[in-house]
Amino acid sequence: MFDYTIRRTLLAIPTLLFISLILFLLLDLAPGDPTANLPLTIPPEVKEKIRLSLGLGEPLAIRYLLWLQQFFINEPLHYLTEITGWDLSGDRQRVLSWQSRSPVADVIAQRIPQTLWVVGMSYVVGVLIALPIGIISAYRQYSWFDQVGTFVSMIGFSVPTFFTGVLLIVVFSVELGWFPSIYDTTHVVEDWSSFVFQVKQMIMPTMVLALYNAAQISRFMRASMLDNLNQDFVRTARAKGLRESTVILVHVLRNSMIPVVTVIALGVPTVFGGAIITEQVFKVNGLGQLLITAIQANDIPMVQSLTFVFAILIVAFNLIADILYGVLDPRIRYD
Amino acid sequence: MRFKPIAIVLIALLIPVTQALAERGSSGHVNIIYWQAPSILNPFLSGGTKDIESASLVIEPLARYDEQGNMVPWLAKDIPTVANGGVSEDLMSITWSISEGIEWSDGTPLTAHDVVFTAEYCMHPEGGCAQLNTFENVESVTAVDDYTVLITFSKPKPFPYGPFLGATSPIIQKAQFADCLGTKAPGCTDANFMPIGTGPFVVTDFRPNDVISMVANDNYRDPNKPAFATLTFKGGGDAAAAGRAVLETGEFDYAWNLQLAPSVIKNMEQAGKGKVVAAFGTAVERIMINLTNPDPALGDERSTRAHPHPFMSDIRVRKALSMAIDRSILNEIGYGDTGRPTCNVLPAPAIYASTANDDCLIQDVEGANQLLEEAGWVMGSDGIRAKDGVSLSILYQTSTNPVRQDFQALIKQWWSQIGVETELRNIDASVFFGGDPGSPDTYQKHFADLEMYTNLFDGTDPENYMNSWRCGAEPTPENGWQGVNMPRYCSEEYDSLLDEMAGTGDLETRIELAKAMNDMLMEEFIMLPLIHRGRVSAHANSLGGVILNTWDSELWNAADWTRQ
Amino acid sequence: MTEISLAPGSRSTRPRSQWLDVWDQFRTHRGALAGTGFFVFVLFGVTIGPFVWTIDPQYIDILARDSGMSLAHPLGTDQLGRDTLARLIVGGQTSVAVGLTAMLLSLFLGTLVGVTAGYVRWLDGPLMRLTDLFLALPLLPLLLVIIMLFRETLRASFGPEAGIFVLIVVVISITSWMQTARIVRGDVLSLKEREYVLAAVSIGTPGRRIVVRHILPNVLSPIMVSATLGIANAIITESALSFLGLGFPSDFPTWGRLLYDAIDYLQQYPGRVVWPGLAISLTVLAVNYIGDGLRDALDPRIRGR
Repeated sequence: MFDYTIRRTLLAIPTLLFISLILFLLLDLAPGDPTANLPLTIPPEVKEKIRLSLGLGEPLAIRYLLWLQQFFINEPLHYLTEITGWDLSGDRQRVLSWQSRSPVADVIAQRIPQTLWVVGMSYVVGVLIALPIGIISAYRQYSWFDQVGTFVSMIGFSVPTFFTGVLLIVVFSVELGWFPSIYDTTHVVEDWSSFVFQVKQMIMPTMVLALYNAAQISRFMRASMLDNLNQDFVRTARAKGLRESTVILVHVLRNSMIPVVTVIALGVPTVFGGAIITEQVFKVNGLGQLLITAIQANDIPMVQSLTFVFAILIVAFNLIADILYGVLDPRIRYD
Repeated sequence: MRFKPIAIVLIALLIPVTQALAERGSSGHVNIIYWQAPSILNPFLSGGTKDIESASLVIEPLARYDEQGNMVPWLAKDIPTVANGGVSEDLMSITWSISEGIEWSDGTPLTAHDVVFTAEYCMHPEGGCAQLNTFENVESVTAVDDYTVLITFSKPKPFPYGPFLGATSPIIQKAQFADCLGTKAPGCTDANFMPIGTGPFVVTDFRPNDVISMVANDNYRDPNKPAFATLTFKGGGDAAAAGRAVLETGEFDYAWNLQLAPSVIKNMEQAGKGKVVAAFGTAVERIMINLTNPDPALGDERSTRAHPHPFMSDIRVRKALSMAIDRSILNEIGYGDTGRPTCNVLPAPAIYASTANDDCLIQDVEGANQLLEEAGWVMGSDGIRAKDGVSLSILYQTSTNPVRQDFQALIKQWWSQIGVETELRNIDASVFFGGDPGSPDTYQKHFADLEMYTNLFDGTDPENYMNSWRCGAEPTPENGWQGVNMPRYCSEEYDSLLDEMAGTGDLETRIELAKAMNDMLMEEFIMLPLIHRGRVSAHANSLGGVILNTWDSELWNAADWTRQ
Repeated sequence: MTEISLAPGSRSTRPRSQWLDVWDQFRTHRGALAGTGFFVFVLFGVTIGPFVWTIDPQYIDILARDSGMSLAHPLGTDQLGRDTLARLIVGGQTSVAVGLTAMLLSLFLGTLVGVTAGYVRWLDGPLMRLTDLFLALPLLPLLLVIIMLFRETLRASFGPEAGIFVLIVVVISITSWMQTARIVRGDVLSLKEREYVLAAVSIGTPGRRIVVRHILPNVLSPIMVSATLGIANAIITESALSFLGLGFPSDFPTWGRLLYDAIDYLQQYPGRVVWPGLAISLTVLAVNYIGDGLRDALDPRIRGR
C-alpha cells in the first residue's frame, strides 16, 4: 500500500500538469472577454488596448508557459521570501487577477476563512447528520423514521438551494428578523457576543447546505447498509452471539463504508470550491463567489489558478479514498 | 483668498442640504450595498461602474455633473468656458484653475502637478487605461503654475470637457502612483486598492470583489463633513437581495441599481423601512435591426454590408414591426415608474429630446397589417407573411435578464398578430457583451435579425454617441468585429450631419443637428427604441441627503449624507 | 420455493421467468407501487394533459396577469398572464424527458467507466485519471465552449428543438457521470475479491458473464441512489442551461425555469414557486421509491423471503 501511495503521488504530477493544460485550453476557447462587463460607453479601441495590456496579444503557448512559471516558480519563491526574509523572488511577476490586478493567491487566501466557516461547517454537519440517519433508516427499513427521512432527503436535494436560501431569508430575516441576510466577512470573533453574532450569520447558509449534503450522503449510507445487512457474515456474527450494536456498527458499517467514503471524498474538494449559489444568496463571498465572478468577468488567471487548486484537491482526495478502501476492505489490492 | 474657492464649493454643495449643523463623524456608520462587487479602486484600470462609483468616495475630478446634468466645479474654482476665457477662441485649449488649499488625505496639498500626472498615467501607451476615451484628441497637459492646468487638443474640440470631468476621470496623487506608469500599473496593488484621495472617505480595508471599509477623511476640505465616521461598502449577491437588505430588513442604508420588476420593488417598499428613488439619464432599451443578411450560409460575409437583409431592408417591414409594439405595456411590465416609453434613441438631456416621432407610442396592429399587405407581404396559411419565397421569420436575440425575456415574449406575440414568426434566443450577458471574436453570440456580430439591449452615453454631450451610426463604424471581420454600428447603417446624409456637428461649438446648432440625426434614425426605423430607462436605487428612511444622479457617480454627494 | 407456490394454480407448464418473480416482489412493495402510480400519472399528465387543458402555455393575456386561482386559471397566471397550469404541464414534458434521458445516459456512462475501471486492472489508472480531469473541469466555461462548438451543427442536423434536446441531454450526462463512476468502481474493487466471484472465476466463467451476473446486481443499490439524485440534478441543471443561452428558448417553459423565474415573486405569489417545486420533488420522490422497490425485487435474498 505504501508503494502504491508513492507511485500514485508521483503519477499525480503529470496528471495535474495535463489537467492544467486542458483547463487553460478550455478557458481560452470559451467565449467571453475580460472587457465584457465594461460599460458600452467605453469604445472598442480602448477595449483592445486593455486586452493588450492584459497580455492577450501573446500567443497561447507563451501565455500558458508564463502562467506555469508564475504559478509553480514565482508564487512559491514569493512565499519563501515572505517566510525567510531573503530576497528570492526579486522582480518576478506573481499570478495577477485581471479584475483586481492583484495577486491571485492573496485574494484566495482572503476567501478561505469564510469558506471554511460556512461551507466546511455545513459539510461536517451534513456528514454528522447523514451517517446516523442512513444507518437507522436502513436498520429499521420502512419504519416511520425511514419514511420521514426519505421524504426529507428527497426534498433536500430536489429543491435547489437558490430556493431554500431565499425562503429562509424571507422567513428568518425579513419576517422574524432573527438572523442577518447578509454575511459580514470582516467580522472578527473575539468575545462571546461576537461569537454569537458569528453563529447567527452562519446558521442559515450552513443549514441550507447541510440539508443538501446530508440528503445525498444519507441515501448512499442507507442503500449500502441495506446491501450488507442480509449478508452471510452478518448472520455469522449474530450466530456467534455478538451484541446487535457490535454487529451493526462494526461488521455491517465497516463493509458499507466504501460508497460513502467515495461520496465524502468527492465532496471535500467541493467544500473548498465553495457553494456558488448559497454563497451568492447569503453574500458570503467565499471561494465559490470568487470563482463565479471571475468566470463572469473572464478573469482567466483567477479562474485558471482556482480551478487548478481544486484539481489538486480532487486528485488528492480521490487518492485518499483509494487508500481508505484498502483499510476498510483489506482484500482490495491495487498492485 | 484662501476661503473664497472653498466657499464656492460649499455653496454648490449646500443648496440641496438643509442639515448643515452636522459635525464630521457625528452620524456614526453607514452601510452601502452594490450587488456587483468592486474589484479595484482605480477607475483607470477598470471601467466597471461598480469600481468607478466606489472609487468616487475617495478620488474626485476637477468638475462633476449635478443631478440636472449641469457641470459644477468640484476641485476646480470654476468651469472654464469661452466666455470666461477658460477655453480658447479656436477651441484648441482649455485652462483649469484648481482651488487652493485642498489637501490629499495624507495631508499634502493637491496641485496642478497631480492633474498633469493623472493625464500622463492614463495616456501612457502601455497602460491599457480604461478611461482613455476621456482624453481623446488631447495633445498635451501641462502645469502653468501650481494651481493652473493647460490642456491642448490636436483639433478643435467643441466640447472640451472630456478630461477630469465626472467620476470616470478623477485625479490621482502623483506621489502615490509615480512608479506605477504603463506596464507597472497592475503591480501597484496597494495604490490601486487604497488610493490616496481628496474625497470624503479614506479606505482602511479593501477586499476585492467583497467588501470595502472606509473612515472619514480627516483632511477633507469641509471640516464638518462627512457626517459619517465610518462606511462599509459591501458587494455581491443580486439586485433582489440588495433591495431586500435596504427595504425589508433594514440591514443596509443604500442599495444601488435595483433592476427588478416594478411589482417586486413596490412590494418591498411596503415594508416601510426605506424609499425607492429613480432618476433618468441617457439609457434607452432598444431593438437594433440588422440591415445585413445574417444567414450562416454566407460564411465570412455573414452580417456584413456585402449582403443586404432579405426583408429587413424593406423599410415597411421595419415600420410595421415598430407599429405592432405597445411600448406602454412593456414599460408597465418591466419598469413601472422607473422607465418611460420612448420613440427616441436620444431622449435626454431634455434639450436634445425630439418630439417628432411620438406616434410610435400608440400601438397600431391593424395599421401594421395594412402596411405589410400594401408592401406585398401576403399572409400564408400558416399565419406567416411571405413575398417571393421569403417569409417573415425572425431570430430575436438579447442577453439573459428576466425583464428582457418578458419583453421578448410579449413582442413575439404582437408580431405573431401581424404575421411575423419570431424565434427567441437569450445569451449569457458575459458572452453577449463580451466581444470575443471567436464566439458567434456577441452583440457586435449580430448573427440574428434583431437584437435588444440598452445603450447610453457618459456625460451630457451626444456627439460621440451619435457617431456610433456612422458609415464604416460597423463591426466587420476585417476590424475583428470591433465596431459600434450594430444595425450596419450607412447614409451619406447622416454622416454629413455628423461632420457638421464636429465643427460646431454653438450649442443651439448642436442641438438642432442632434435632433435631426435622431429623427433620421427613427424615421428610417433603423432601431426601435422601447424604454427610456431610469436608474433605480433605494435608501433607508433614516439616510438623509441622498440625491440620485445619473450623470455622474450615484455616490457623488456622499459627503452630504447624514443620519436623520 | 417458487415452484411450490406456482404449482397449484398454474395451468400452463411454461417455467416461470425470473422477471415475473421480480414483478411479484415489486408488487408487494407499497412505496414502489405508489411511486409507480404517481410516475405514470405524471407521464400521462404531461403527454395527454395538453389535449385536456388546451390553453396555449405561451399565450400572453396581459389583462389577466398576476391573477390567483380561479376557474379560468386553476393555478393562477404569471407576471405576463400566461396560464400556470398549462405551463406546468408543458414544462413537465421537457423536464421529465430531459431528466430521465440525461439520468439514464449519465448512469450508463458512469457504470460503464466504473465497472471497467474496477474490474480491469490496467484500465483503472487511465480511467480514474480521466474521471479526475472531468471532475476538475469548471462547469460554466465548459458549457459555454460546448454551446459555441456544437449548437449550430446540431441545429442544422436535428432541427432547433431536437438539436437542443440532444445537446442538453449530452451536456448534462457528460458533466455528471463521475460520481457514479467513482462509487461503482469502489464497490467493484471490493466485490471482485469476494468468494463467489473468485469461485466463478475459478470455474472459468468468462469476464463479461461475471460482470453481468455477479457484479452488476450487487452494485445496483448505489446506482439506484445515483439515479434518484441524477434525475433531480438533470431537471435543475436544465434550467440553469437556459440562462446561459444553451437551453430551450426563454418562452419555452420547464419546471426548473418556472421555479427560478418565480423566486423574485416568492413573497407576493408563493404559489408560483410551490407548484413547480412540488412537481420536481414529487417526481424525484416517486423515482426514489421505484428505485427502492426495484432494488428489493432484484435482490434474490430479499425476494426469497
